[in-house]
Amino acid sequence: MNSGISRRQFISVLLTASGALVVGVRSAIAEVHPTVPMDLLGDALTSLGAFVRIERNNRIVIGARGCEIGQGVMTSLPMLLAEELDADWSRVKVEQLPYGYELGPDGPRNRYGDQGAGGSTSVSDGWKDLRQAGAVARWLLVEAAAALWQLPHDRLSTESGYVIHPDGTRIPYAELVERAAEILPPTDAVPLKKPADFRIIGKPAKTVDARAIVTGRATFGIDSYIGGALTAVVLRCPHLDGTLLRFDDKETRKVSGVRDVFAIEGPKPGTPFDANLAAGIVVLADNTWAALKGRQKIVAEWTPGPWASESNSTLEASADELLKGSGTPVRVDGDLAKARKSAKRVIEAKYHVPFLAHATMEPPHAVVKLEADHALFIGALQSPDGASRIINALTGIPRESIEIRMTRAGGGFGRRLENDYVAEAVIIAKKAGKPVKLMWTRDDDLQHDFYRPLGVHRMAATIDKKNLVTGFAHDCAATPRYYRTGRTDRPVFGGCLEPDDFPAGLIPNLEKRFFAIESGLPRGWWRAPLHTFHAFAVQSFIDEIAVETKQDAVELRLKMLGDARELDYHGHGGPKFDTGRLAAVLQRCAEAIEWKRKRTDGRGVGIACHFTFGGYAAHAFEVSVEGGELQIHRAVVAIDIGRVINPLGVEAMMMGGTIDGISTALNLAITVKEGQIQQSSYADYPVGRMVQMPNDVEVLITPSELEPVGAGEMGIPSVAPALANAIYAATTVRVRRLPILAELKRRL
Amino acid sequence: MPLLWYLRDVLHLTGSKFGCGLGQCGACTVHVDGKAQRSCLLPMNSLVGKQVTTIEGIASASDLHAVQQAWIDEDVPQCGYCQAGQIMAAIDLLKRKPEPTDADISQLTNLCRCGTYPRIRKAVKRAAAALAGVKP
Repeated sequence: MNSGISRRQFISVLLTASGALVVGVRSAIAEVHPTVPMDLLGDALTSLGAFVRIERNNRIVIGARGCEIGQGVMTSLPMLLAEELDADWSRVKVEQLPYGYELGPDGPRNRYGDQGAGGSTSVSDGWKDLRQAGAVARWLLVEAAAALWQLPHDRLSTESGYVIHPDGTRIPYAELVERAAEILPPTDAVPLKKPADFRIIGKPAKTVDARAIVTGRATFGIDSYIGGALTAVVLRCPHLDGTLLRFDDKETRKVSGVRDVFAIEGPKPGTPFDANLAAGIVVLADNTWAALKGRQKIVAEWTPGPWASESNSTLEASADELLKGSGTPVRVDGDLAKARKSAKRVIEAKYHVPFLAHATMEPPHAVVKLEADHALFIGALQSPDGASRIINALTGIPRESIEIRMTRAGGGFGRRLENDYVAEAVIIAKKAGKPVKLMWTRDDDLQHDFYRPLGVHRMAATIDKKNLVTGFAHDCAATPRYYRTGRTDRPVFGGCLEPDDFPAGLIPNLEKRFFAIESGLPRGWWRAPLHTFHAFAVQSFIDEIAVETKQDAVELRLKMLGDARELDYHGHGGPKFDTGRLAAVLQRCAEAIEWKRKRTDGRGVGIACHFTFGGYAAHAFEVSVEGGELQIHRAVVAIDIGRVINPLGVEAMMMGGTIDGISTALNLAITVKEGQIQQSSYADYPVGRMVQMPNDVEVLITPSELEPVGAGEMGIPSVAPALANAIYAATTVRVRRLPILAELKRRL
Repeated sequence: MPLLWYLRDVLHLTGSKFGCGLGQCGACTVHVDGKAQRSCLLPMNSLVGKQVTTIEGIASASDLHAVQQAWIDEDVPQCGYCQAGQIMAAIDLLKRKPEPTDADISQLTNLCRCGTYPRIRKAVKRAAAALAGVKP
């Protein structure tokens, strides 16, 4: 550096200067979601900060920090940064960043900020810190040009990778980058662009990896190979919390290519899930096929665990028994007992929601290489932070010496928020003394998952003489989400019910109660987890109230939502829930499906709406059932998720969420019998195929200038109730139990 | 050894994906003598004298196949994992049905867990139009 400023000074000045800005933006949640350390927004000579590198030919390389699970963060997050940098998007190259844990001057930190993928927060987080990263880089480039041209900073402008002189002369960023990196950072907050000046945000951008994907060159976790690694597959205990009694591997060892066979232990019953998920026998081989063949020849005897008598029937019996009690209050408003007494009538219904598996197209996989003082992990993740912690806990290798290379993931849906497969690979690599490539098969995946909870929702509504809903009871008996998590700071209903969800705050007398069912199935987050879990019950029940009281189902919802106003919402996606925004998407959706038009051709229309993680969604379907066959003729989704960063990406999420929602609502359930999961392939866990789906999903996105929220999860929760409501409209068969097709078959 | 594991573990041609190993999902679809087949179920010794084309061999040196291009133009991929298989199946469909109806397209049985089916449908139609234009 020729400016005479040492790197250390440079870093500390920038930290002091801009640190306050970030704190101001992030305030109370700064500790939970660490943001990008400000000193890394402009710390290198040939690159500008942790995210931006400018090549000699003026091509800008932007690092993508997120876990790409199909939600589009490889595209949307770099767009945020490119906008403030004023890059030419058509010339931007995106590269996946590795996990960025390091020891900073003030202790451990992540040089890239929050890298996880959960709760649809990537875009809202990036909206705050990645734009700042781009703005700092642009500020430095302009400052470099100002020095070069001996002009004040504010007389210069930028456009698509160039700084522009007042006389129109343009200089490419590439010619300024070395000079820029020597400049003292800004002392005040770097101003961000006005939305009116956006050139990239809000414009449709295609998936940056599309060419690599369609030519088969994109690298997913499972496509990773390292020298010297053996392929591992595991025969896992089929009994929940069961143990290995004995096994015979004589025939396995005869299989050509098999190198070793050994047993590993599972977690102790009742202890937190902080390593692998089940006891098993590991087969290590030269390739996957040899390992699979070897696994097939193992003769194993297992001891059933403490859940040997658990079946779906016992879980339901347990729910019925529990619901006779008073449960744990989730929210209590007014006096429901009094409302019941003075009611003209009381409407009641019970809804059943099954366990679900994630069934990501790419099954869990991990490449792990352990050395004395270094660990390498390559694979698909949703929580690299969790992976780093679990590798550290199992090996003692300090986290700054654990290298995590994130790949594209063949789907996530919450499965990869758990790092049991990472732990399993580490345990195997340790025991084998060799690098390991761990492969899971589809049956492994369906039988050893962290399942979306099972539950029974018992609903009641009290109706007065004017057909107003005066009271609302929601009793939910479920297998709690927080099971063996090691966390004691979560309420028992957490991950199943949200106290402030619709219609809370809109009905004077309301009670929500939770009843915990004991179960041995591991439980986890499944795309829009608690919302898919309870919106089916709430939004189906509203439809039943409308039918019973002879009211229009849209009008009833609008009446319940009332005037547009903000209600307190303490859960994820709060702090406020805007009744007007939900009413608006509901109305938009109703208009698009021609809600008021009477169908006389055997078709029925159903609608539902829900607030998920800060996003407002409504779904409507037009269906018919002929000869027992359900046909979905039209699918409409209306969404308000604040400002849209990439309209093409949001449309993809809504289309995909709707299709995923249909597939799941119609077909999918994980069941347990005598302590064993019963599903093992796409034959008995039949993810929907094209023939079952509507030809198109009509996506209506509300234009908005409000803060952006994500889009990954909002497009699912209202699907199942809208479908069930449509089926009722077409057939007068009320489906109160998921999955829908099994129930329809039973009832028709 | 089935073709899929030979492609992946021996040749390290990883474009063909493993999804189920039972021929149910289609992520491993390749062409054998020009016809779509699920490579996870094809033993190597059944392929003597046959020609296998994988997703890596579909584009020419300079141009993408019309189906690949349509996939980009319609922005089909989300996670992208199943898409190589989807493209191989779609190319096969268009060979058999150059002007596919919606019902024809619905006969594609490859699974997509992200729910990209509506865009796959559009891309197949776009590719059909492009192929018809090139070869009238």
